[in-house]
Amino acid sequence: MTLNELQKGQSATVTAVDANRELKNRFSSFGLVKGVLIYTECHSLAKKTMEIRINKTRIALRASEAEKIEVVASE
Amino acid sequence: MSSASEKATETIKIALVGQPNVGKSALINSVGNARLKVGNFSGVTVKKEEVRFSREGYDFEITDLPGSYSLTDYTIEERVTKQYLDESDYDLILNVVDSTNIERNLYLTTELLSLNKKIVVALNMTDEAVKEGVQIDAQQLGKILGTPCVKTSAVEKTGIDDVIQAIINTYNRRENRFHIQFSEVFEEEITHIVSFLEEKKIKCKISLKALAIKLLREDRETYLRFHEEPIWTELQPIVNKAYQHLYLHYDTKDLDDIFNDEKSALAKGAVAETVKFNKEITQSFTDKIDALLMHQFVGLPIFLFMMWGLFQLTFEVGSIPMDWIDAFFALLIDGTKNFLGETELASVIADGAIAGVGAVVLFLPNIIILFLGIALLETTGYMSRVAFLLDGFFHKFGLHGKSFIPLVSGFGCSVPAYMAARTLKNDRDRLLTLFIIGFMSCGARLPIYVLFVGALFSEEQAGNILFLIYISGALIGVIAAKVLKMTVFKGDDEPFVMEMPKYRLPSFKLIWHTVSAQAMMYLRKAGTYILMASVLIWFASNYPKQVEMDQEYQAKVEQAQTEEAINTLNNELALYKLENSYLGIIGHASEPFFSPLGYDWRMAIALETGLAAKEVVVATLGVLYGLGEEHDEQSRGLIEKIRANISFPAGISFIVFVMIYLPCLAASMVFMREAGGPKYLGYLFVFTTATAWSLSFIAFNLTQMLT
Repeated sequence: MTLNELQKGQSATVTAVDANRELKNRFSSFGLVKGVLIYTECHSLAKKTMEIRINKTRIALRASEAEKIEVVASE
Repeated sequence: MSSASEKATETIKIALVGQPNVGKSALINSVGNARLKVGNFSGVTVKKEEVRFSREGYDFEITDLPGSYSLTDYTIEERVTKQYLDESDYDLILNVVDSTNIERNLYLTTELLSLNKKIVVALNMTDEAVKEGVQIDAQQLGKILGTPCVKTSAVEKTGIDDVIQAIINTYNRRENRFHIQFSEVFEEEITHIVSFLEEKKIKCKISLKALAIKLLREDRETYLRFHEEPIWTELQPIVNKAYQHLYLHYDTKDLDDIFNDEKSALAKGAVAETVKFNKEITQSFTDKIDALLMHQFVGLPIFLFMMWGLFQLTFEVGSIPMDWIDAFFALLIDGTKNFLGETELASVIADGAIAGVGAVVLFLPNIIILFLGIALLETTGYMSRVAFLLDGFFHKFGLHGKSFIPLVSGFGCSVPAYMAARTLKNDRDRLLTLFIIGFMSCGARLPIYVLFVGALFSEEQAGNILFLIYISGALIGVIAAKVLKMTVFKGDDEPFVMEMPKYRLPSFKLIWHTVSAQAMMYLRKAGTYILMASVLIWFASNYPKQVEMDQEYQAKVEQAQTEEAINTLNNELALYKLENSYLGIIGHASEPFFSPLGYDWRMAIALETGLAAKEVVVATLGVLYGLGEEHDEQSRGLIEKIRANISFPAGISFIVFVMIYLPCLAASMVFMREAGGPKYLGYLFVFTTATAWSLSFIAFNLTQMLT
C-alpha cells in the first residue's frame, strides 16, 4: 500500500520511495528513507494533505506526494 | 583584547551552517557584543548575515547561512548555502545541530564532512535535550565524526567558550583529517580509486579520498577536470568497475539512492553508538497543541479568527500613531511653506517631497504591527501549520498554502504583502503570488470605491456593492492565478513537503531584530524611490508654467465680488493649469486608449496619477471636476459632480479598472525588488493593464446594454 492510504494513528514501515531525484533527496534529508518507521499524525479536510512523524520530525505532505511512498502497515 | 592589539590579529572566517530551526541565529546572538551586519544577497531575498567579534586574540568573522536540510538546491536557502560553501573563501564550518533531533541533523553533518573542510559541530539545545531525556556522548561522537563536537545551549548561554576554543584549536590544526567512514563496500571502492590516484601522484587541493568520493558522486567539475587528461583512459575503467560493484551491492543504479543510503546509515550508526534515549516518546507539548490547531474541523476557524485579530490590531492600533504622523507631516509642510514663503522651492519641498514621503511613512505603524504578527507566527512554528491547513484549497488554483499570508495582507497594503511573500520558498510559487497580490484591493483604493459607489448607487445598496467589489477582486485574483499557472508559470506542481517544527516560545531579541530590519528597509525606500517619484510628479503637474494665465486670473480675482466667484475662478485656473501641464498633455494623449472604456481625458489623468498613489485619484478628480483640491470621498459636492459628469457604465468600468490595474508606485517598486528586476515590473504592468482594460471594456459594454 502507499502512505496516503494510512489512517490517522496508524504506523508503517517505508519499503520504497518512488519519486524523482529532487523529491527523493528532499525526503531523505527529512529522514524519510527506506526502512524507517512512520506514524500518521493527522489529515486535513478531504485528506488532501497529511502530517506524518518520523522519530521526532513532523512532516506535512500532499496526498500526491504520499502516493509515491510505498509502505507496509504495522500491526 | 590587549593581547590582540600587540601582534597582528588573525581572522578566522567561519561559515555557520545548520538545518532550519536549530537556533543558529540564537547561538550567534549569545556570543555577545557581536556587531550584527545585515546583508542582502543580490537577486534573492534570502539573507546571509555577518557577525564580527574578537576573542582570545583572534578576529572572528561568522557568516550565518540560511537554514538547509541538505546541500541540494531544493529551496532558495539551500541554493544560497550550497553556493557559499562551494565557492566562497572561509576557514572552517561551524555546524549547529539540534540535540533533540540529532539523527536527522547528522544527515547534513555527513554531507558537510564530505566537503573535506575543517568542521566544528555545536550540539545545540542541550537544555531541551536534557529535559527530553536525550543523552549524548559528545566526545565519542567527535571520534566517530573525526571532528570536535561541543555541547551548547544558546538559551542558557552554556558551552559558548568551549565552541570558541574548539574553533581556534581546529583552525590551528595543520593537517585536515578525513575521518568519515562509509560502509565497507563503499570504503573498498574508495580505497581502490585512492590508491590508483596515489600511484599516479595526482596533486589536489582536497584530499584524495574526497576526490575519489567526488568521482563516485559523478561530480561534474571533477569529471571536466579529468576528462582532458591522459590519465582518464586508465581512470575510467576503474571508476566504472566501482560503479558496477556498488550497483550490484545496493541493487539499484541510482547513485543518489546509494549516497542517501550511506548518509542515513552513517547518521544512524553514529546515533546508535553515542546517544541514549532515557524517556519513551510520549505525547509532547507540541502534540497537544497540534491536536487542536491542526484539527480537521476546528483548525481552520481558529486560524481565521487569529488572522482577523491580527488585522483588527493592524488597523485599529496602527491608526493611533498614524494620526500623529499625519499631523506631524502636515505641520512640517506648513512650517516649510512659512519658512520659505510662496516660492517654487517651497512648493517642491513641501507639496512634492514632504507630502510624498509623508504618505509612505504614514503606513509605518501598520507595517510594524503586521510584521510583528507575522514574525510571531513564523518563530513559534504556527505558520507551517497554516500552510498545511490551507494547502488543499489553494492548490486547486495553483497556489501554495503559504500564499495565504501575503494575499490577506494585500487587503491592507500591497507593500507589506509583497514583502510577506518571502515566506514562500519556491521561486515560481513566490512569483505567482506576487503577481496576484494586486488583485486584493488595498486600503488606499477604498476612497475611490466609496466615491463612485456613492455616486452611482443608492445609499442602501452601497455597503453590499462595496463588499462585492472586494470579493470579486479576490475572485478575479484566484482565477488569474489559475490562468497564469496554466500559461506562464506552468510546469509540474511544486511538491508540498515541509517540516512541522516544534512549537517554541519566540526570542524577543530575534523578533526585534527581524521587525526592525524590515521597518528600516521600508523607511529607506521612502527616503529614496518615493522621494524621487514625488518630486517628479510634482514637476509634471506644475510645469510648464502658465504665467500669462496666472496674471489674467489674478486680475479677474481682484475684480471678483463674492467668495464664491473667487473660488470658481481659482478652480478654473487650476483646471486650466493641470490640463496644460505635462501630466495634462499625457492625459490628452492617452485619451484614445481609454475612450473605448467610456473615460474622458480627466478620468484618464486620474488613473495615471493613481499610479503614484491610489489616494491621489480622488484628489485629482476633485481638481479636474472643478472643485479645488481640498476634497475627500466624504464631500457631497464631489459625489454630485461625479454623478453629473460620469455615466453609469463609465463609472462601473472605472471601478473595475481601479480594482485591477497596477498598484501604487511604492508597491510597484517593492514588487520589482521582490520579484527580482525591472523586467518583472514590465510583465506586471502589461498583465494588469491588459486584464484591467479587457474587463473594464466588458463591464462598460455590458452595463450599457443592460441600462
